Order: sequence, then structure tokens, then C-alpha cells
Amino acid sequence: MDTLMNLFGAAVLAGTPLLLGMLGEILTQKSGHLNLGLEGTMYMGAAMSLAGAYYYEQWVTAAGGAASGFVACLFATGAAFLIGVLASLLYCFLTATLRADQNVTGLVLAIFGTGFGNFFGELMGIGAGGYVTVGAATKAAFANPAFPSLAALPVVGKLLFGYNWMVYLGVAVALAMAWFLNHTRAGLNLRAVGENPATADAAGIHVTKYKYAATCIGGGISALGGMYISMVNTGGVWVHDCVSGKGWIAVALVIFATWSPARGLFCALIFGGLSIMRMYVPVPGLPMEIYELLPYVATVLVLIFTSIRQSREHAQPRACGTNYFREER
Amino acid sequence: MHNRVRETGGRLVRMVKRDEIGRGKALAIRAAALLCAMAVGTLLIVALGHQPLAVYMEMLNGSLGSRTVLTETVKIALPLIFCGIAISIAFRMRFWNIGAEGQLLMGGIAATYVALFHYQHLPRPALLLVMALAALAAGALWGLIPALFKARWGTNETLFTLMLNYIALGYIRYLQTGTWRDPRMRGFPKIASFDLSARLPNVLGVHVGWIVMLALVVLAYLYLTRTKSGFEISVVGQSQPTASYIGMNVSRIVMRTMAISGALAGLAGYFQVAGVNYTLTETTAGGIGFTAITVAWLAKLNPILIVPVAFFIAILEKGAGKIQTTFKIPASAADVLTGIILFFMLGCEFFLQYRLIFRAGRKETL
Repeated sequence: MDTLMNLFGAAVLAGTPLLLGMLGEILTQKSGHLNLGLEGTMYMGAAMSLAGAYYYEQWVTAAGGAASGFVACLFATGAAFLIGVLASLLYCFLTATLRADQNVTGLVLAIFGTGFGNFFGELMGIGAGGYVTVGAATKAAFANPAFPSLAALPVVGKLLFGYNWMVYLGVAVALAMAWFLNHTRAGLNLRAVGENPATADAAGIHVTKYKYAATCIGGGISALGGMYISMVNTGGVWVHDCVSGKGWIAVALVIFATWSPARGLFCALIFGGLSIMRMYVPVPGLPMEIYELLPYVATVLVLIFTSIRQSREHAQPRACGTNYFREER
Repeated sequence: MHNRVRETGGRLVRMVKRDEIGRGKALAIRAAALLCAMAVGTLLIVALGHQPLAVYMEMLNGSLGSRTVLTETVKIALPLIFCGIAISIAFRMRFWNIGAEGQLLMGGIAATYVALFHYQHLPRPALLLVMALAALAAGALWGLIPALFKARWGTNETLFTLMLNYIALGYIRYLQTGTWRDPRMRGFPKIASFDLSARLPNVLGVHVGWIVMLALVVLAYLYLTRTKSGFEISVVGQSQPTASYIGMNVSRIVMRTMAISGALAGLAGYFQVAGVNYTLTETTAGGIGFTAITVAWLAKLNPILIVPVAFFIAILEKGAGKIQTTFKIPASAADVLTGIILFFMLGCEFFLQYRLIFRAGRKETL
């Protein structure tokens, strides 16, 4: 029982970056844009959030004050969200306005973002004389339970309230997005744009505006997944190649979650569990190096399974992957 | 601003599709895009507080300045060319093979298996040949798996090939800590270095792979432009329904093409282990498969153009290593620079297909 509870807790923690990355991508794909640059966006978010928190601390310390963990969180979040929006703005400008191929543009963003993240991560390290790390207050703000009084409750306390604030942010974003997509007019319009932009256009929906808004906000949310990696997983230290494929797994999870933010919660939890299971459930005779591959193998199986069992209601937005040219209707 | 353009239907700026574009003009647009990219890169260097000219000179010096660094640069370019061609063949079919990294590693694993466990059974030329064949087969297999599922069920190949990269890398980690671990290394997990007979000879300071590369570039070009198979690849890339309609067996073409693509990437792995490192490590691929995507795309998926582009990227990479030591600029700068160049190249495609007409003047030219 204890193992199971520990496994659940660790799965939630490991699943959150996947969740945030996936949620951003769901919103993006709902507008008919397949952004394969998620890995790059997450790298950029990871590096910039670290920069936001670190330079805020440097600035306050230089002014003679003491850095507050809460404000550092704000700076980190703002920086990560902003860079995610900018990266997606570039992607959207190239695909929606300049009509570049979505697959290729996404791949380029993935390559560029990976370089960008590692470049600035290392650059900060050189500037800090070795490696870059945030102060104890910031570390605690990201690592400690968000509701310490509730976390002290027996059993449910640890299970439901023992996590850092970003976990709850992820859940809140998922629920808000599910509500937005299914219960608001703007959400309906967005889905129409992703399914059939020509029809949406004829109905008077501003297709380009929806595409820009969805990809940019989606990019910002995905970048928060990167922030989780650099601020929580690695504890506010830049680790070279820290995202290491989580962005790609998140893209695959969008398919697994069948483009539904609410179902995404469970998918992220399952994959979070798969990625840390080796530390909680030893399988005799299975080498650790092979056990580590579990999430990647599971992703492949999910891809195969979902492609074999294609269903009509749970399909990718129909216009996803192709650009919309108004003149070529 | 662009929003407004779309919205007003071109009252301020209209875009008009070009009928066709002259070669000179197309080249000029691409050159302009490259210059813009270099300008952004220069701005980045200035922002970091360095002299751009000094940094660029140091990059050139560090990648071409002496015979030693020049051979190193060639050694970086070679696998990029092999993988670039492999990727081009798949991309022409619009099959997004981003698994060249894994296919290269599988080729390396197969070649290493032969080199480690059968070097005493075969004479040197036969050994080197069998290693190459093993690498080709393993790479082809690793490329064939996602193609099989793509052809049968339309499984997303981008993510599939990518996941296979991680699986190949994890397998190497398993091999070097487990069954293939060199017992002479005591506690350190490392695969043994190859016997001398399993190492490729050098010609002019670089392993013989460069001669194979020259032949391959010509062969690949002829294959893609002058053969029936090459034509089939283009048709499937343009439109799968058309290909099926005119009686092409799309599944077979997809699988055959991906087997070739994977095999070529596997061959790159063979040259890495038998010609450069003389062993297999986690860093045998080291991002080559991803950089090669850049190379293939910048070369417009043309095998001949891949050669100069790969050298250009190799100079950037090698030069970035140099400026890291001289100026303390992280070596990832090479990835950032190539990313910027790629973005501009993608963007300029638009101006090759459309021209903008501003409100003032020339309304009748339509």
C-alpha cells in the first residue's frame, strides 16, 4: 500500500511537465496547426524560467534585499510563458501567414529551441562562474507543498494536497481548457476552425485570429511544462539536454488523450507513472537500462494502437497539418 | 500587420501568386534570406558583447585553419552527408523520418557486434565488408518498422521514428553496462575498442568513407531523378491518392524507400564506429540525425547540394567548438545559428511563390 501511494505521488510529479506540454499542444492542434516544435518550446521555457528567477534574485540581492520565493515564481512563470508565446508566434507567422509546411516548421522549431535552451542555459552558467542555480527560497517555493495545512491530513492529505503549486496549475489549466473548448462560443469557434477553416471563414469566424491566439497561448502553456523541468525536476539548476524527449512524448500523448484536456489528466498520470516506475516496482531480471525505455516503448504502442483503432469522434481536428489559403477555397 | 493584410483582403498589401520565377531571382531571394539570417546571428554575437568579425574569423580558423582541424571538419561533414541523403529520400516522399539518429545507432550496433565477436574469424577485407552489410541491414530494419505500420495503418511516423531513437540509445546503454562491457576497463562501463583489423584505413587523413560518399552522392542523385523508383517516390510525396490511382503500390514504395533511407543512415553508423571512434558509445550519433534534417532541408532534398551544405554546417559546428574555448560562447551557438538560418529559409519560400503588391501603383500588373 505504501509503495502504491509513493508510486502515485511520484507519477503525479513526473506527469505534470507532460501534462502542461500536452495541454498546450491540444489547444494548438484544435486550431488546425500541428506544432512538432513542442520539444523546442519546452527547452526555451525551461531556460527562460530559470533566467527569470535567477536574474530576479541577482537583482534583488545586488539591491541589498532578500529574494522572495513567491516573486521568483512569478518572474519564472512570466518569462517561460512569454518565450513560449514568442516561439509559437514565429511558428504561426511562418505557417499561417507565410504558408510554410507545418511539419518542417515544427521540426525546425524543435531543433532551434533545443539549441536555444542549451545555449542560454550554459551561457548563464558561464556568467555565474560554473553552473547556474537559484537560491534556497526559490527552490523551496517550487518544491514545497502548495497547501501545507491540508497536506498534514491523514492519508488523503499526502495523496491529494502534498504537491507543489505547479501540479495544481496543470490540473486547473486542464479543467479550464476542457470547459473552454466544450462550453463557450469561442471554444466552439476554435474547434470549427480546426475542423474546417473554409466553413468557419464563411460563417464569419476570423480564422487567422483564432489560429494565432490558439497557437500562441498553447505555446505559452507548453513552455510552462519546460519550466517545471528546470525548476522542479532539476531543482533550479540548468542540466544540459534536460528536456530529453519529454516534449515529443507530450505530442504523442495528445493522440493518446484523443484531443481531450480532461482525458489528458489520466494519460499524463499514466505516463508519469511509467517513467518513474523503475524506482518503485523492481522487475527481477530486467536491466535498469531497458526498464528506463518503458515510456518510449509505451508511446510506440499507443501510437500503433490508436492508429489501428481509429474512431470518428476521437480523431485529430480534420484540418490539422494543412494550411488554410483563403484564395484557394 | 500581416493580420490586417489578410483581413482587408489586400487593401494595403495584396499577395499574388507568381506564375514562375527565374532562376536568378530565386537565387537572389534565397541569398537575401541567408544574409538576413547572418545579420540576426551577428546581432546575437554583438548582444553577447563580442566582436562579430573576430568571432567569425575564429570560427573559420578553428574549422579550416590547419590540416588537423580540416580533417576534423571533414569527419563531421561525412555522417551528415550520409544521413542527409537518407533523410532526403524519405522527405521527398513526405515521410517524416526523424529517426536517422536511431538508424545510425542500430547500424553502429550491428557493425560493432561483428567487429567485437567475429574479428578473428574473417580476413580484414571480408570483415570490413560484413560489418558494412550488417550495418546496412540493421539500419534498414530500424527504418522499416515505422514504415510497415505507416503503410498498413497510417501510424504517425514522426513520433514513431523519434521514439525508436531513444530505444536504440537505451539499448547501447544496456550493452555497455551489461553484456558488451569491456572487462579490462574495471568499473568503468565502456565497450572495448575494435581490433586493428576492424578499423577502416585512412586515405589522405580521413577514413575511406569519403570515397564511398562521393559515389553515393552521384548514385542517390541518379536514383532520385532518373529511375522509376525515384519517380515513384516523388509521386507518392506529391499525392498518395494520385499514386494509388495510377496503379502504384504505395505501401510497397513506402517500405522500400524507408528501408533504403534507414540503410544509408546505418551506413553512417558503420563509418562512425569503424572509421572515427573505433568503438561504440552513447555519443556515437551525438545529434547527427537531427542536424542532418537541417542539412537535407537547406539542400532542398537534393543529394548534390547536400555536400556543400553539410560542409557549411560542419564548419559552423567545428567553429562553434573553437569559439567556446576562445570566447566562452557555448558551443550550442551552432544550433542556434542553424536554427535562425532555417527559419529564414522557410520564410523565404513564401516570397518565391507569391509577390506582394502595395497599394500605391502597379494595380494593372495583375
